Amino acid sequence: MIKKFLIIIFTTLALTLNVNAGSDGDLILKKNEPSEVKDCFEKINRVTFAFNQTLDGVIFKPAASLYRKLPSPAKTGVSNSLENISHLLTIPNNVLQGDLKQAGINTGRFIINTTLGILGIFDVAQYLGLTNYEKEDYGQSLAKAGVGPGCYIVLPVLGPSTIRDTAASTLNFLGGDPWYNITVNKDTQYFENSDYYFSRGASGVDFRAKNYDSIENLENNSLDFYASVKSLYLQDRQQKILNSRKVVNTQDDSDWEEISQ
Amino acid sequence: MNKKKIILVIFLYFFTLNSSFSIEADVFVQSTVNRASKILSENLSKDEKIEKLKIIAEETVDIKGIGFYTLGSIRKNLDGDQKKKYSRLFREYFLKSFSSRLSEYTNPEIDVLSKEVLSENYTIVNSLLKGTSERPEVKIDWRVYTKNPENPLIRDLIIEGLSLARTQKEEFASILNSNDNDINVLFNTLEEFSKK
Repeated sequence: MIKKFLIIIFTTLALTLNVNAGSDGDLILKKNEPSEVKDCFEKINRVTFAFNQTLDGVIFKPAASLYRKLPSPAKTGVSNSLENISHLLTIPNNVLQGDLKQAGINTGRFIINTTLGILGIFDVAQYLGLTNYEKEDYGQSLAKAGVGPGCYIVLPVLGPSTIRDTAASTLNFLGGDPWYNITVNKDTQYFENSDYYFSRGASGVDFRAKNYDSIENLENNSLDFYASVKSLYLQDRQQKILNSRKVVNTQDDSDWEEISQ
Repeated sequence: MNKKKIILVIFLYFFTLNSSFSIEADVFVQSTVNRASKILSENLSKDEKIEKLKIIAEETVDIKGIGFYTLGSIRKNLDGDQKKKYSRLFREYFLKSFSSRLSEYTNPEIDVLSKEVLSENYTIVNSLLKGTSERPEVKIDWRVYTKNPENPLIRDLIIEGLSLARTQKEEFASILNSNDNDINVLFNTLEEFSKK
């Protein structure tokens, strides 16, 4: 399985790096500019979006509502554990992006939090100076290698994505995600399939709970909720690819020029 | 000699006058936030809070500018009457949307942390909305238009790196694109929202 995964990664990177040898930050920024990402499947996307909203109303929103009632330390513990598991996907992507220093830091974080932090419940590493954790995935690695996002797509249950990110996420199931390997692929005897699916579901509920008011607020005050979610998702993705919270090209100043005060 | 003195006095007068009225962007944001927090923590009905928040928004936000920015390039095709109508509808929409979003918060604590002068016209003010037991802390950056230093105006809120002005621009673009760029459809949508 690992062999297969390495071959896929090598081939993908060889192809993309070859084609995009001249890629730099500006090009990556431009390629991932939200207004440049085409909504080729808008009609189908809107239907899927409506389906996801119904699903949210039936499952995720009520679950998030209950989850919010848990005491703060419990919620922080769950959130920390889920974040700890995500290191398993982040570390290989740090390496793929050539960020070996961050790979080292995240490996340290994972080891410390899994042991001293009792399976990641406590983020002990942050007190030892290993802070500023940013999740990485194969979609981001491909983007860094210069692959454009392709069309915007809304996936059932999973939500907004792009063609590139959807294709890249299949690597998770082909040996690229150690957490998937040890749970679903049974590379060890210590975990069950259900551990993987439970962690994915819990991540969804945790995200929904953290953004509960913002999502409600956005839905109530949007003229086109679908378009708002799409814009926010693509802006967020652009930032994650660039690993920057900086205001990147937030507004083209020339666009304001003729607007007088 | 006297002439020189007069010129010097006039220069100093205007210099001190100018600097005494200019408001630093971070001070402006902190004072705006404090005003809004005070209203939100008062024992008022939701409608009363909304009315008071609208007054703050009208004084501190460049509503007209944001409106035309959000409209995108289609604004160039509008005639005078359409521009007037759009400005009126956008103002109503913005004030309703802005104040009802804010009125959900009770006593939000926002600390201004730093500022970054982008150009003569723009300063980004970085702030932090403190977390509660129900939500994590949130980074909020304010894009302040400082062309007139005596009257700085907010042009965008960037929440955890996501620009609200940009999101709104793409939302309006989506409505227009789905309706053959017919501005009347956008007018109707804005009107319906304000009547809700």
